[in-house]
Amino acid sequence: MTFRPEHELHKRRFSRNLGLGLTLVAFVVLVFALTVVKVQRGDPLQGYDHTYQPALLPKVETQP
Amino acid sequence: MSDTTAYQGAGATPYEPGFGDYVQLLKPRVMSLVVFTALVGLLVAPVHLHPVEAFSAILFIALGAGASGALNMWWDADIDAVMKRTARRPVPAGKVAGGEALGLGMALSGISIVMLWLATNWLAAALLAFTIFFYAVVYSMWLKRSTPQNIVIGGAAGAFPPMIGWVAATGNVSVEAFLMFALIFMWTPPHFWALALFMKEDYHTAGVPMLTVTHGRKATRAHILVYTLLLVPVALGAAVTSIGGPFTLAVAVVLNAWFVVGAWRIWRRDEAVAEADKYAVEKAFFRFSLLYLFLHFAAFLVELALKSAGLGGW
Repeated sequence: MTFRPEHELHKRRFSRNLGLGLTLVAFVVLVFALTVVKVQRGDPLQGYDHTYQPALLPKVETQP
Repeated sequence: MSDTTAYQGAGATPYEPGFGDYVQLLKPRVMSLVVFTALVGLLVAPVHLHPVEAFSAILFIALGAGASGALNMWWDADIDAVMKRTARRPVPAGKVAGGEALGLGMALSGISIVMLWLATNWLAAALLAFTIFFYAVVYSMWLKRSTPQNIVIGGAAGAFPPMIGWVAATGNVSVEAFLMFALIFMWTPPHFWALALFMKEDYHTAGVPMLTVTHGRKATRAHILVYTLLLVPVALGAAVTSIGGPFTLAVAVVLNAWFVVGAWRIWRRDEAVAEADKYAVEKAFFRFSLLYLFLHFAAFLVELALKSAGLGGW
């Protein structure tokens, strides 16, 4: 079995596809790096998933 | 049917846009100015971001500016096609379809705003969203074709990046951020009107109501002088805030004196003299205006370096 020769259309689209591919890889790397930085620094997490959020607890009335 | 069989039946070879054509839609030269001014705004702020956050902030501010450039190219394709300066842009040149420019602009707008929010804060993202809206809708769709004040008001879009950089770091707007905004805002009209003086046929052919077309060239020369004079207190004001210092003030005095002299020379000339030397003074003023803005923002960075060495600042 032989591979079909690459169509000329695909050759001309190569730069576009390569550029888009590299851009997407760079975007994924950047989001990952941002996530690592944010989590390591312990920025306040506002999600409701398994996160203790004292700010959302009801206020307790205290007598003066 | 695969894309190649469909293509074979299409007859003549259509132009296949490359990655570079899409990059051109983002106006990379404008983006370089955005990157520089936003970076200065972010670096001179009193709060420092993690390098990854700072890099992300600059990247997404630049991407947002690029997105508004793509939207502008989609909307203004008819004007761009008849102006020499812009006829080779991807949409009027037939390299990229108008719909693709619109799609790219919308997608990158959304991505850049959301990512700037996640990387920094909501206020910076909101300012970026407003900047894109202002450039694409207020300037491109409305002001550019309807009023000779298009450059004056539309200049706000190009003035926001240093403010967004500052807000990305600090989370709020301060007098320093406002003065960096005002510096670019007041600089834009003389810069573009000087260009309009020597690219005179372009705007006229395209029917864009530039000041040179609606009020004549004499009035444009007077406007350049007035706006250059109004720019002086803004530039000096920025130099006496916390981002400035003696060095910045000295640079601002020299640059503004030079800029005012250039505007004065433009005001004194008439068309016959300008035609005779092929608009040499106007072209020199335009070139210096680019240097003016670069050196002003570079001075803020130098002042920052001097401060960290215990030398600069007030």
